[in-house]
Amino acid sequence: MFAYIIRRVLYAIPILIGVNLITFTLFFVVNSPDNMARMQLGMKRVTPEAITAWKHERGYDMPLLYNSGAPGLDKVTETIFYKKSLALFALRFGQSDSGRDVAYDIQQRMWPSLAIALPVFVIGILTNITFALLIAFFRATYIDLWGVVFCVILMSISGLFYIIGGQYLIGKFLQLVPISGYEGGVNAYKFVVLPILIGIVGGIGSGTRWYRTIFLEEMGKDYVRTARAKGLSEPLVLFRHVLKNAMIPILTGAVVVLPLLFMGSLITESFFGIPGLGSYTIDAINSQDFSIVRAMVFLGSVLYIIGLVLTDISYTLVDPRIRLG
Amino acid sequence: MSFKPVILWTDALIYLLVAVIIAFILYARHKEPLLAPWRQVARSRMAMASLVILFVYVGIGLLDSFHFRPMVQNDSKGGEVHYSPEVLSTLDVLLAPLREHVEKSYSAPFATHLYSKETLESPDGKTIRDYPRLEHGGAHLQDPERDRWPDIAATAGVAVLQGLGLWLVLTVLVIGVLVSRHRRGVGGIIRDVIAGRTALPWHVILLTAGLLLLLATSAADLGVKYHVFGTDKVGQDVLYQSLKSVRTGLVIGTLTTLVMLPFAVLLGIMAGYFRGWVDDVIQYVYTTLNSIPGVLLIAAAILTLQVYMQTHPEMFDTIAHRADMRLLFLCIILGITSWTGLCRLLRGETLKLSEIDYIQAASAFGVGHSRIIVRHILPNVMHIVLISVVLDFSGLVLAEAVLSYVGVGVDPTMNSWGNMINAARLEMAREPIVWWSLLSAFVLMFVLVLAANLFSDAVRDAFDPRLRKQ
Repeated sequence: MFAYIIRRVLYAIPILIGVNLITFTLFFVVNSPDNMARMQLGMKRVTPEAITAWKHERGYDMPLLYNSGAPGLDKVTETIFYKKSLALFALRFGQSDSGRDVAYDIQQRMWPSLAIALPVFVIGILTNITFALLIAFFRATYIDLWGVVFCVILMSISGLFYIIGGQYLIGKFLQLVPISGYEGGVNAYKFVVLPILIGIVGGIGSGTRWYRTIFLEEMGKDYVRTARAKGLSEPLVLFRHVLKNAMIPILTGAVVVLPLLFMGSLITESFFGIPGLGSYTIDAINSQDFSIVRAMVFLGSVLYIIGLVLTDISYTLVDPRIRLG
Repeated sequence: MSFKPVILWTDALIYLLVAVIIAFILYARHKEPLLAPWRQVARSRMAMASLVILFVYVGIGLLDSFHFRPMVQNDSKGGEVHYSPEVLSTLDVLLAPLREHVEKSYSAPFATHLYSKETLESPDGKTIRDYPRLEHGGAHLQDPERDRWPDIAATAGVAVLQGLGLWLVLTVLVIGVLVSRHRRGVGGIIRDVIAGRTALPWHVILLTAGLLLLLATSAADLGVKYHVFGTDKVGQDVLYQSLKSVRTGLVIGTLTTLVMLPFAVLLGIMAGYFRGWVDDVIQYVYTTLNSIPGVLLIAAAILTLQVYMQTHPEMFDTIAHRADMRLLFLCIILGITSWTGLCRLLRGETLKLSEIDYIQAASAFGVGHSRIIVRHILPNVMHIVLISVVLDFSGLVLAEAVLSYVGVGVDPTMNSWGNMINAARLEMAREPIVWWSLLSAFVLMFVLVLAANLFSDAVRDAFDPRLRKQ
């Protein structure tokens, strides 16, 4: 088990190097730092001196991969690749293009993101499983048919509609909660209720349908027939046997996204003005702050890979048949 | 009027896609095994109703894919011809009344006056602040207060009659074809159609087509006189915008898959068939791409593209070319982020298939690798490809709106539902609220996505062998 985890972590390293190379190519090779400086300073009237100064301030005035002018080891370390890209491995995110400390910002903004993403995730899964069990209980009846059709209808509505509609109905029309904003501490609940609710409602359609397929697949198996044959009632079969066995695909599907909850939701956060990592990323994209986007891409990949490792471990925990060697 | 045809990149790919589909239909026409699952799709009432709706969308999208630049002036001396920098499509020509009826600013659906007050000069020279009359919406009315609703009702009535007329023509045509094909009495055929006893669910198809015809004639008749969905900030007709956005949505939904399909299929099958280091390399590539959060990869790529386009403005001769390039690039980058799922599925299926006897037999007979892949593996994984293509479509259409909101979607000058929603969102704080752009974009998107979802469900049920057994 322990050796397996070590192996998985080692396996993650080449993947992270790949991610690093992709972001490096996208951000520095396709577009030279000169181009970035020009974008930031305005396209037309910009002097070469201003560009040089901008690059120097942010440490972009180095060669990309190999610095032939520097002595000794600095030939490799005094380069953009080493300073800007490889430094991400040490979780040194450096400064954003507007001069703020990215690592500090990330630490600060992680919590509001989590305050929304975690409840959406937990309550969302519970709601979806409940609905899916209900539909599976009434399978092959009109409740099942129309339940599925209803799920498809819910799925077909744009996520933006849920947000805008919810903001209008609950925030503006009924005036139950503020439309957007955030406050630390206990008062935060006013601001997070609506985004959480909308996040859950928006996910019901696809979630319920997905879990229904899992349940139905599980219900076609032999042990369910055995359970029915020995005279167990249908609810008992469903809750005691099917639910327990269906937990394996459900849990493993859920564990992957667990670490990514830190990243927050891009759209929800920026619509509701929540100062989380999602809105941080959007702001960075809109102000074309490449160092933040770079840091977030790397962070996202790291979290995803952690999720993959956790998934493998959770397999062994919920399913005793699986042993990782 | 003479014109210069313009073939944009996405146009060319759309023609290619249409050609491929037509070629497949011609090829599969007499091959029963290929047709059998499609027959099952065709029997599903839900799928056929969705298909009719999808046809309408595709029709609008195709009409919008023939572009040209109209001639502006003809220098008589040098015989030099100038073309407008504006690229139009056949849809623009059809919707000319909608396109040209531009107001000053916002106006509500069926309004006769602008949405905000302006300083006006009354005939006696005094200036007053009031809602000015629209230049086109309801301009034919003498007294809008009194005449507007009766006029709308009358126009709608005529439109309904026209729609019913067209529907009757269609129904008669369909029944005529059925009668001549089955060589049975007209009465029997009509009874079968009404009761739904025909091979295809004609009653559902005709009902859907009838509803759409009614909507089309109403929109056409009312759209000439009024702004059915209102106008936006710069006074453009919202109905026109929403219809123009159809092409953008369809292009993103279909071309993305078209772009990624060759890679996903080739790499997936290669990984499963050759195994060993090929498998390792391909798995490494898709795990790496997969581990980058999709939206962020798209954002990073589009941001760099933006910088590139701004520093190389000479590469694009019109705004449309520029917007089109960005659309194509968006499709490519969306494709890069979404091919991994299909690739993994194909790898697994190929692993399974290459163990089966007939593949073993083929390689024992000395059939080459490429021939085994093309003749024996590819046809047997096509159902997975098809299912994932139709399932991806609706997600991609929805993704466009979200990406446009993030600011990394299609070009801001291009008509798209995402851009409409994004522009309208800024007016949400306005009192009274400007809701029509938002609603029409959502409704058109919803209908397309719902139809696509229902259709893809039917396709999956028909093609998935696991489901077919049950």
